[in-house]
Amino acid sequence: MTDTSAGSARPVSRRRMALLGLALLAVPMAARAETALLNVSYDPTRELYRDINAAFAKEWKAKAGEDLTVRASHGGSGAQARTVIDGVPADVVTLGIPSDIDAISRLSKKIPADWRTKLPNEGLAYTSTVVFLVRKGNPKAVHDWTDLVKPDVKVITPNPKTSAGGRWNFLAAWGYAYEHNAKDAEKANAFVGQIYRNVPVLDTGARGSTVTFAQRGLGDVLPAWENEAFLVLQEFGADKFDIVVPPTSIYAEPPVALVDANVDAKGTRKQAEAYLQFLYSDAAQAIFAKHHYRPIRPEAADKKDLALLPEIKLFKIEDFQGSWDDIQKKNFDNGGLFDQLSRAAH
Amino acid sequence: MVQTSRPKRRFRRPSVIPGFGLTFGYTLTCLSLVVLLPLAALVAKASGIGLTGIVETATDPRVASALRISFGVSLVAALTASVFGFLVAWVLTRYRFPGRKLVDAVVDLPFALPTAVAGIALASLYAPNGLVGAQLARLGIQAAYTPVGIFIAMVFIGLPFAVRTVQPLIAEIDKEVEEASATLGATRLTTLTKVVLPPLIPAVLTGFAMAFARGVGEYGSIIFIAGNLPYVSEIAPLLIVIKLSEFDYGGASAIATIMLGISFLTLLTINLIQAWSRRRFGYV
Amino acid sequence: MSEALTATTFAADKAAEPPASSVSEPAAVRWLLTGIAIAFLALFLVLPLVTIFVQAFAKGWQTYLATFDEPDAWSAIRLTLTVAAIAVPFNLVFGIMAAWSIAKFEFWGKSLLVTLIDLPFSVSPVVSGLIYVLLFSSQGVFGTFFPEHGMQVLFALPGIVLATIFVTFPFVARELIPLMQEQGTTEEEAALTLGATGLHAFLTVTLPNIRWGLLYSVLLCNARAMGEFGAVSVVSGHIRGLTNTVPLHVEILYNEYNFVAAFAVASLLAGLALVTLVIKSALEWRYSGELAAGTRH
Repeated sequence: MTDTSAGSARPVSRRRMALLGLALLAVPMAARAETALLNVSYDPTRELYRDINAAFAKEWKAKAGEDLTVRASHGGSGAQARTVIDGVPADVVTLGIPSDIDAISRLSKKIPADWRTKLPNEGLAYTSTVVFLVRKGNPKAVHDWTDLVKPDVKVITPNPKTSAGGRWNFLAAWGYAYEHNAKDAEKANAFVGQIYRNVPVLDTGARGSTVTFAQRGLGDVLPAWENEAFLVLQEFGADKFDIVVPPTSIYAEPPVALVDANVDAKGTRKQAEAYLQFLYSDAAQAIFAKHHYRPIRPEAADKKDLALLPEIKLFKIEDFQGSWDDIQKKNFDNGGLFDQLSRAAH
Repeated sequence: MVQTSRPKRRFRRPSVIPGFGLTFGYTLTCLSLVVLLPLAALVAKASGIGLTGIVETATDPRVASALRISFGVSLVAALTASVFGFLVAWVLTRYRFPGRKLVDAVVDLPFALPTAVAGIALASLYAPNGLVGAQLARLGIQAAYTPVGIFIAMVFIGLPFAVRTVQPLIAEIDKEVEEASATLGATRLTTLTKVVLPPLIPAVLTGFAMAFARGVGEYGSIIFIAGNLPYVSEIAPLLIVIKLSEFDYGGASAIATIMLGISFLTLLTINLIQAWSRRRFGYV
Repeated sequence: MSEALTATTFAADKAAEPPASSVSEPAAVRWLLTGIAIAFLALFLVLPLVTIFVQAFAKGWQTYLATFDEPDAWSAIRLTLTVAAIAVPFNLVFGIMAAWSIAKFEFWGKSLLVTLIDLPFSVSPVVSGLIYVLLFSSQGVFGTFFPEHGMQVLFALPGIVLATIFVTFPFVARELIPLMQEQGTTEEEAALTLGATGLHAFLTVTLPNIRWGLLYSVLLCNARAMGEFGAVSVVSGHIRGLTNTVPLHVEILYNEYNFVAAFAVASLLAGLALVTLVIKSALEWRYSGELAAGTRH
């Protein structure tokens, strides 16, 4: 008598398998039949866009009566830009540095080259800057950029090749040295090289660096996005860390843009444009301030939130190095300053 | 007149079993679509920058460094895994002790555990404020964020291979040969080194090669514990990811092709070792 | 056949009896070696596993369970299950087909075929993801062909499934090929002479013979499919609630300073790994003769 009790290991017949596969594929496809926007953003904005997206969905429902889901994707700004170039169906991009949006425009033509002109303030709904996060009591006495090159100071900063935060740290240090050395570019290069010699770990994203510094306990100072520094105090405890505000820092510009090719293909132009406009509205500006970003229209924000943001003299890196194309090519492209400094150090 | 006719060279030996056409065709189709086509795309992309381009990429100091770190640390880790793996296999097969079966089951843990999970667990253990990391820090050793951390992760991954390739052979060692050696006056050590170990060498080598190949390509377990510093603790797979986010598809493909070539060589070596072993010892 | 039986029983006998002193090391050496081996395993393998659970429950049961109140966590679990539900059966069918054609027939180029099937096993997960990016990205081989026809491959379920299929491609085949080679063709041929069709012979003769090897390899294939990180990370797009599998979700939680939650979700996968190990060990103890000679991975 043949024993057919091997039922548990019996393979599903191919036709049934194909049907099952199609059925399973249909599930997520059906879920996407609703209108959805995708915001491809950079690493530290996770909490921010959770609030923004919820607020916008509510407002859109009230205004246009349509149920809208706004999804977000986060990661290192450069890596995120790459996924948009590769075809992620992003409706809007809210990245950490203008050169990443330029790259999307240049390499995939999905964003027009003049994207800066489409929104107020060159696509900036908020700005930020770089401050220092140190251990409680500031044991290594880090007060300014020049303290980062001290031999006993370990600096945690993300990889400029993948992270926008990493690039802002790099440019901020460079800009500081440039200003304080009578605009000598060579001295500025050397200064930045010295800082990176003090770096023991290069994480791929700003968040990774914060985890390394705050959770893993490595390093003495974390040059960080201003909002990240506040978040760390909140999440890890204000009794463990201090924020040190350097006298000067960089005017960090995380711009937003519409991905024209995608919204036209998906038919979501109206919603996407409304989303971007929403970022300049009072409600959104107040949310930015709440999350410790610097809103472009501070009058719309809560005074208490604004009071937390320190007074810093900010410089724009474009004033020192030219256009973003120049900045990217000179510093971060293959063979650029970061590559040269890395090689020289080893 | 003698008619000498050579038998026609056939593709396959005739057999009564049906289903060759169907199964072989299906196998080839799936293989082509799933494996060969994508890999061909990779090689095509890499060759788009030409052989000189690939050589240039390979000799770029940062890439060369990453390859050196990936292959170098993996070599050391695979060696360690092989040595200790052999020990573990020996102990598990030849000795009796309480909890032996439990220990035997644990060996496969790195194989079943997802790489990212292993990564964050190792990172949290060996960080300066982690359980083991703190003890090591007192001895002045920093494990996490250095090549030491990469080494630890690679040993973790490679261990099951080192153990499982050798274990079945140890189980089948002919006791009579050992006894014969003992009766002929050999010390235990001599018996071990001259009689017992030599036939196990091919399996040890195979286990080593597999642990090596896995370690070189591993990503998830390592990136959390590696420092990712160029020229110091940046592994080749991470460099591929970085090149992708620099929009340098050609460079990423070049590195990937180099790694692929070396993986293929390793596989080939394993097959050759096994073929040699079959000829020399009669089994794999 | 009888030789195989003898070898198995012989091995079992050898395993059962303790070795005589002339063919074993002195007791002190034995205990030392055993101690070193266990210490090594404890340090390198057990400690990380324990860490996962310790960290997951660091803030107690409530916080642990609260992790699974997150809708994103459930999307990740659903996605992982979906991907595994597609990838594992696909590779199962492929494994059976490949093993049948390789084990039951003799043809030219067999070892090349086996090497090619084994290839994904030695390819880095990152490269596994990269090749699909090269194929399906807007800048890739197929360019905008698929998106234009309404099918999003990359950064969506199909891309993740493809990358997972690639990574777990050889698992079932590698287990079944040596197993079926060892079992030979005599039983199937006998069935054929008795009038069975090929399919019937397969279902009633081959399948019962390989069922434990099949289950064993499906388990490992499934564990790998659910736990794959590197390859999926490259093709996923990290869209919250949509294209994050459980391992990716662990990374996200980790990067949001939510370490307890990250380890809590990781503990799910660790638990799966433990279950896989338990079932696998049970299979090995009871049916070692019916698994491939030398459980090669």
